[in-house]
Amino acid sequence: MRNGYLFAAYAVTWVIHIGYIATILSRYARLKQEIASLKKK
Amino acid sequence: MKILFPILTVLTTILLAFALYEALVVAPTEQTMGDVQRIFYYHVPSAWTAFILFFVNFGASIVYLMTRKTKADIVALVSAEVGVVFCTVVLITGPIWARPVWGIWWTWDMRLTSTLVLWLIYVSYLFLRRFSSGGQTPALAAALAVLGALCVPFVYFSIWFFRTQHPQPVMGGGGSIDPRMMHVLLINWLAFSCFAFLVCWSRYRLERLQRDVDQAHALQSLLGPRGGMR
Repeated sequence: MRNGYLFAAYAVTWVIHIGYIATILSRYARLKQEIASLKKK
Repeated sequence: MKILFPILTVLTTILLAFALYEALVVAPTEQTMGDVQRIFYYHVPSAWTAFILFFVNFGASIVYLMTRKTKADIVALVSAEVGVVFCTVVLITGPIWARPVWGIWWTWDMRLTSTLVLWLIYVSYLFLRRFSSGGQTPALAAALAVLGALCVPFVYFSIWFFRTQHPQPVMGGGGSIDPRMMHVLLINWLAFSCFAFLVCWSRYRLERLQRDVDQAHALQSLLGPRGGMR
């Protein structure tokens, strides 16, 4: 059970970091779309 | 620059994997707490990285207040945002360690409470930046950041000045750990620092791009769809 806490702590750390990186990537993708639409105009 | 980022990403990934292996396999098992003590190899480096990022935010905010340079403003924003992410890790992994060791998830002790206050200060900084629109926002945020940074040494030294349940610092505070544990701790700190640097770099590029796009939108709305003045 004690190893469960260890696993939870490590897993939560990476969920937080990967979640944050995912938001950065999604913002990049949205910006690229915006740039493409700006170029069309 | 284009080649440097992928190279650093690969090196950091290898370093993080190695640090994880060191934390889970190589580091000796602590006699009283057992394996749950290994949370320390993620909790402490995350705290140190968050503190460094908040100091970068402090420095960049002062530079911005003195020079009004956009680069300093972006560095301040990025370091605060990534610092909040690391501080969130600290505030979550701490209670996960405390539950099996202390028998409670949380206590309103000075170190824990001051860390929560620090986190709230930087979250309010990010809210200010996100929801306030106006030319004075970066300057107001920079002023808040300068005051917020004063909380960082208070958090670090709180376990010296107050009687708390939190363990003593492993560096410079009279606490001591096995040299093999210290070695693993430093490797993890190096790995998380490199990771934080890469994330900051990506976020910096994103913010610059965002500001360029905002400027292009503003210019377009000024010129109108055919490029002439409305």
